[in-house]
Amino acid sequence: MKIRQHTKILFLPYFWLFVFFILPLLIMLVYSFSERGSYGGVRYVFTLSNYINSFDPLYFKLFIRSFWFAFISTLITLLIGYPIAYFISTSSTKIKSILIFLVILPFWTNFLIRIFSWVVILGRNGIVNDFLLWTGIISSPLDLLYNDFSVILGLVYGVLPYMILPIIASLDRMDKTLLEASTDLGANRFKTFYKITLPLTMQGVVTGIVFVFIPSLGQFVVPDILGGTSSYMIGNTITNQFITVRNWPFGSAMSMLLMLIVSIAISYYIRYSEKKY
Amino acid sequence: MATSRNTNDLKFGQGKTLFVITYLVLLFLHIPILILIIYSFNESKFASHWGGWSLKWYLKMIDDYSLWLSVRNTLKVAFVNTIASTILGTLAAIGLHKFNFKLKNLLTNILYLPIIIPEIVMGLSLLILFVLLNISLGLVSVTIAHITFSISFVVLVVLARLQSFDGTLEEAGADLGATPWQIFWKITYPNISSGIYAGALLAFTLSVDDFLISFFTTGPGSTTLPLKIYAMIKFGITPEINAVSTVLLISTTIILLLVSYFINKGSKDGNLFLDV
Repeated sequence: MKIRQHTKILFLPYFWLFVFFILPLLIMLVYSFSERGSYGGVRYVFTLSNYINSFDPLYFKLFIRSFWFAFISTLITLLIGYPIAYFISTSSTKIKSILIFLVILPFWTNFLIRIFSWVVILGRNGIVNDFLLWTGIISSPLDLLYNDFSVILGLVYGVLPYMILPIIASLDRMDKTLLEASTDLGANRFKTFYKITLPLTMQGVVTGIVFVFIPSLGQFVVPDILGGTSSYMIGNTITNQFITVRNWPFGSAMSMLLMLIVSIAISYYIRYSEKKY
Repeated sequence: MATSRNTNDLKFGQGKTLFVITYLVLLFLHIPILILIIYSFNESKFASHWGGWSLKWYLKMIDDYSLWLSVRNTLKVAFVNTIASTILGTLAAIGLHKFNFKLKNLLTNILYLPIIIPEIVMGLSLLILFVLLNISLGLVSVTIAHITFSISFVVLVVLARLQSFDGTLEEAGADLGATPWQIFWKITYPNISSGIYAGALLAFTLSVDDFLISFFTTGPGSTTLPLKIYAMIKFGITPEINAVSTVLLISTTIILLLVSYFINKGSKDGNLFLDV
């Protein structure tokens, strides 16, 4: 009786997820091992060439760059996110809720618009250049946009709240009397942080890293709006293979490699979380 | 909140350096948005070059027919998505919460996947499916894609609400002879309704906000607002986009503040957006 009830109630949502989520990924997997047909089609002939081509220096370089950009932006968000989370978590209840609101508020603006705002700020006719020209520090506009710097800035700007919020959550769960105990026993603040606070909030740190690293790695919007061709990431190349070049098998293979990296990161995360509990 | 556990008598984490860093970063998060708002009143025809105050881009926006068409498309997609994903997500959450069965862990984990896999992979795999099944790319395919990624978020929110709800009430209802339908509407629903509304709101917001998955699953003539904004950014940046951004920002903020006010009034769980 019970078995029938749950299959009835779960059938519709899982049927939907199977058809529109699992099945498309499986088809993509098949495509990634198929040959490119004429007119952008696909020929179902087994081949590994799409994966081999992904390791061609031209494309492999993009994987390395994406990995590097994601790594750098994760590191930066962690280094500025943790202190902020610490300050917010230890604030009085009222100030804390205001500060958390201010961290979340940017999410209410469309991501494209938030990223575009940096074009207004950093562009050749943008605010920074206008100001520097006006003060006479520079005589011709600086190229602040369409390079690695602007892409990493955009990534950090776009994902920073994803790092701050999980760390606040883990700091809130920590028993704060441990800090007093540590102080009573003669540890200074750095030692207390290093020996008590940091280990006890690692779960939040790791969650933040995963939430920041994965969306950074597969970014399309940030490098597309703020980057030049020399700072494109793997997401831009995959999109290009699908939309412009119309080599779907090759685009599928690169998507699957992206999925592989993400799965490794997630399985590491799950193993870490299970070890803790 | 007044327990000794949460007092911070030694002022941990409240030093001047952290204070300065925190407020500087909050400025970093908000200044770009403020600048967009200011530049929406820009007389110059370049989005980033200041040329004096003007309301002309707001007037241009009001006359922009294709913009309003994209707003209408966005609302259509979001409306259908909200209803469908809320129903499907609530069913899945109740099913996963109530029953113990062999595949429960696997099925729960499948729900997390759409949240964590790269959006680009999800969008492109759906594009492949739609082309393979000869489903024409347009508002229908976009809506299907939105429902697919919204379900998981609805489940998460509703499941969180279900976990704080006393399940023995349902058993009592069953003992007293209520049908499953009656149990749902008389007992379960009133207890988890705040979670369902929060899930629906999240599904609506995600849909209105989505760019990447819509980008891959849309077709000619079915531009949604984020797609229109993208086109404005890529081809011909004028301060009109700043005006659109400002109106969008203000309307989202007002709607979300109102909704969170009403939802928080209904439940004592605290802030909706922190739960999510």
